[in-house]
Amino acid sequence: MKRIVVVACLLMLVVSICVVGQQTLETVLARGKLIVGVNAVLPGFGALDTATGEYAGFDVDYGRAIAAAIGVDVEFIPLTAGERLTALQTGQIDVLLRNTTWTLTRDSKDLGLDFCPTTFYDGQGFIVRKADDINSIDDMDGATVCVTSGTTTEGNLADAFRLHELALITQVFADTEASFGAYDVAGCDCYTSDKSQLASLRTTAAIPGDHIILPDTISKEPLGPLVRHGDDEWFDIVKWTVFATFFAEEYGITQANAATFDSTNPEIRRFLGLEGGMGAKLGLAEDWAVNVISAVGNYGEIYERHLGPNGLDIPRAGSLNALWTQGGLIYCPAWR
Amino acid sequence: MDENQLAGYADKNQLPPPSERIPAIRWLKQNLFSSWFNAILTIVSTALIMTIVFGLLRWALEARWEVIPANLKLLLVGTYPVEYLWRVWAVVYLVAFLLGFSSGAHGGLMRRVSTTAALVSVVLAVLPFPWGTRGWLLGIAVAAAAGFGLGYLGKGIRWCKRLEIASWILSFPISLIFLNGVGGILPVIKGRTMWGFMLNLIGAVVGIGLSFPVGVLLALGRRSKLRAIRLVCTAYIEIIRGVPLISLLFMASIMLQLLLPASVRPDLLIRAMLTITAFSAAYMAENVRGGLQAIPQGQYEAAYAVGLNKALTTILIILPQALRIVIPAIVGQFIALFMDTTLFGFIAILELLNITRSIMGNLEWRGTIFELYVFIGVVFWILCYSMSYVSRRIEKTLGVGER
Repeated sequence: MKRIVVVACLLMLVVSICVVGQQTLETVLARGKLIVGVNAVLPGFGALDTATGEYAGFDVDYGRAIAAAIGVDVEFIPLTAGERLTALQTGQIDVLLRNTTWTLTRDSKDLGLDFCPTTFYDGQGFIVRKADDINSIDDMDGATVCVTSGTTTEGNLADAFRLHELALITQVFADTEASFGAYDVAGCDCYTSDKSQLASLRTTAAIPGDHIILPDTISKEPLGPLVRHGDDEWFDIVKWTVFATFFAEEYGITQANAATFDSTNPEIRRFLGLEGGMGAKLGLAEDWAVNVISAVGNYGEIYERHLGPNGLDIPRAGSLNALWTQGGLIYCPAWR
Repeated sequence: MDENQLAGYADKNQLPPPSERIPAIRWLKQNLFSSWFNAILTIVSTALIMTIVFGLLRWALEARWEVIPANLKLLLVGTYPVEYLWRVWAVVYLVAFLLGFSSGAHGGLMRRVSTTAALVSVVLAVLPFPWGTRGWLLGIAVAAAAGFGLGYLGKGIRWCKRLEIASWILSFPISLIFLNGVGGILPVIKGRTMWGFMLNLIGAVVGIGLSFPVGVLLALGRRSKLRAIRLVCTAYIEIIRGVPLISLLFMASIMLQLLLPASVRPDLLIRAMLTITAFSAAYMAENVRGGLQAIPQGQYEAAYAVGLNKALTTILIILPQALRIVIPAIVGQFIALFMDTTLFGFIAILELLNITRSIMGNLEWRGTIFELYVFIGVVFWILCYSMSYVSRRIEKTLGVGER
């Protein structure tokens, strides 16, 4: 009897998740706005700009891009690392853009999520105090490490210490502010997170010069948008919105010239919606890609705006985040 | 000396006890340095207190207080668009006007409250805010004064009192609609879940306004002679009281998403407010039940004897006495509810506490966690203390515990 009840409940949950997942595009169009889950406390990727009262950042711009593709308003909902996946699974948000790492478990049907193309390739690193004379992970036997809960970081940390056969003490906090804060006041020997975060966090330490980021990178952290599993039309829209920003950079289409861009190249003409009927295939307007680029710019422009020298200053040249023509992994499939 | 004098019964010849004027040195010696052990204790604890006080002072002087004026708008009303801020002011004015009106009509406690509000607004207007803001602030005093004048004129007129009660009740939905906007007439403001401290206030007012009547009904229902009603009310009260508020809020934010289709699902903010109301009503019911139980059986019998029916007995005889007894408990519940609105932050609503996190997330304001939390603490303390002050005055006026 008990088992039947449990099974029935699980079934109901699955069914309702499926029901929620079927019609994201219709829901968004009916509502007239896209609801995006973002990080509220990670400058560069997602944070409330106190000057304007609006969200700003690399991930936030991708939220604006998707809204522009569909032609609706956008609303951002700030989420913590722990609640982000549930918020997407339950339909509280339509797409999650909160520096979330692509892992097999998260992508599988167990969690009911799908990953769209990676927008930023990151890797996990360590920040330590110079005075502690730590030069690599091997010097950290028995170290106390501060880490944020609900992240891949937590698991990678345990893996790395196990691999190097080192003793580890972790201190887990609910958010970055708390865990880095604890490290900064010497509550831990080390703080670990994605390297892009470490760079920005180091500037906020009481004395930034006292800390170094170790050269070790212990994990792959491909970050990108997530949607619910099983809603393929919606998945396609988000996926190709990301690709549109890659494509535009490759062919020199920018926020400034997108509306007036003209070309004889058939692929570019298809991109601009001048021929080929690509918009209809996704259930969007023919000029959807132009709208995306007019709203937020191409990949290079988005990167420059938030992660370039005026933002977080994460070097792009030579990294995985360079265009594929320049040795990176930013690559758009064929636009036909 | 006879026995009467020893006991101190009204003897006119008895002198008052000699007032003991001790020099400071002797007082110190007697109280703080009476033995070597006490002397050590005194020195150590003085040193400790000094360290803490100086530490706090040094921090307070070095703290980056500019984070608060720079983000004041964000803290108080969140992302409410600047061009529509006049609507927020209009609601403030409405409340100030009604306060003034009531104080003009009744005086007493209301006069104290409205005078304080007007004074505070004038004092705030002297602070170095932008000139526009100062003008708006002064408006509060003007609105209160205008209300006072009208209330004073209307004093004693019968329909005036009814009008007053009706306006207080109506001001509640009108303010909410005014802040939110109505399709077609007033533009609807986007991002209702990001209004900062205003959400705490709205949440508390809605929660208090709705949970009180619901709580009273539940309390009456729990004491009902009809078994079905009694069972339902008891079950509701006990279930809600047995579950932490935060888990109810998570239920409202997450589970309802799964159970209800998108078309009939109320907005997150409304769900949060209904949850806190439902939660508070259960506690309110128990408070009121305590009051009901304290009313002696004789009161019911006397009411029946003069020919009142059950409903009238409850409304005219029992409830007024029962509620009077439990005012302190009810106000305590209101204060708790007000502070519980900060839990909205955990279901992705940008109320005061959560918007603070967003502000701290900015590179520019990293590390201002203590300044912002001190600000939150002060804001909540001022409001909660005012509530308990008003409650104490009401108790005094009604003579709670004296009759």
